[in-house]
Amino acid sequence: MLNIAVLIAFALVTAAIGLTFWRLLTGPDRPDRILALDTLYVNAIALLVLLGMHLDSALYFEAAILIAMMGFIGTVALCKYLLRGDIIE
Amino acid sequence: MRRWLPHPILTPTLALIWVLLANSLAPGSILLGLLLGWLIPIFTLRFWPDPAPVRRPLTLLRFLLVVGYDILVANLAVAWLILRGANHIRPAFVEVPLDLRSELGISLLANTISLTPGTVSSWLSPDRRILVVQGLDVADPEALIETIKRRYETPIREVFESC
Amino acid sequence: MLEITLTVLILIGAIFTFIGSLGLARMPDFYTRLHGPTKATTIGVGSLLIASMIHFSTQEAGLSFHEVLVTLFLFITAPVSAHLLSKAALHLRTRSLSEPPPLVDATDHAGRNSPDSLS
Repeated sequence: MLNIAVLIAFALVTAAIGLTFWRLLTGPDRPDRILALDTLYVNAIALLVLLGMHLDSALYFEAAILIAMMGFIGTVALCKYLLRGDIIE
Repeated sequence: MRRWLPHPILTPTLALIWVLLANSLAPGSILLGLLLGWLIPIFTLRFWPDPAPVRRPLTLLRFLLVVGYDILVANLAVAWLILRGANHIRPAFVEVPLDLRSELGISLLANTISLTPGTVSSWLSPDRRILVVQGLDVADPEALIETIKRRYETPIREVFESC
Repeated sequence: MLEITLTVLILIGAIFTFIGSLGLARMPDFYTRLHGPTKATTIGVGSLLIASMIHFSTQEAGLSFHEVLVTLFLFITAPVSAHLLSKAALHLRTRSLSEPPPLVDATDHAGRNSPDSLS
């Protein structure tokens, strides 16, 4: 039963990643794309956690923690760029 | 005391985070965690603001429970709105006048608002007196402002800013 | 019993993750899109992490608690990135269904020297 649940969850999370990719490609504005990237990294964490449970390996957590930190820093850096982009004239 | 242990709460927190990161309760990792928790606050002393005194721990606890409950409700409400589609939402910006004065209080309030039902704090006026909040489905802006002030701002003020 | 709990948590987590991204894809303007991911994903990933914590703790290797770190980190960072994204969008005057208060536009460009601005 657990295996079936994990497989369904894989399908749902993969579909979620597909939806964020669609938003990333279609935009239309720059904040939309950054938001899509932000969601993409959270979905990637979900996928890694599922993979860790599926393969019974705790190693995937190191990757999940790294993605959580780097993703947040990336979002903040991109937002700061948007906020100061037209300050440097 | 203040020189050698500048942040009495930060030290055990850092030690706890280290133990969680190492994922082991071995004496070695606890010791290393305590060492890091002791050294990091000393080397980053200039960065930290003065620690805020917590006045009423019970109010803080009740506030955390209220926020936890609201996060669950937020998720269900927002999920329902998303599934129903875009024709049923009434997005709006509301301006919340702030009674909070401290930096810690305002950032706590802003983060709480972003974590709970269909609202994201979007903008703080430069004089820190107005917080602009974007709501996903706002039926009555005045009621939303009133709820935010009563449910979140009042407890934060009681805990961190009461004199 | 354990298996049922795990199954329910995993399914709840996956469904909320999916609904969050669905909101991102479906909603009409930037500010409404912001609500889906920042909320639904925190509880989605949150319950997946709790499931994983239970899963690894009940195995022979012993207790596993470092999932708490990721959960905590996501709960602290999600509102911050939502606020920054929203602030950037207001700054760029992104098209929106709801009218931003005139106050924002008036002070956003005048108030750059304030401690609050990120310049």
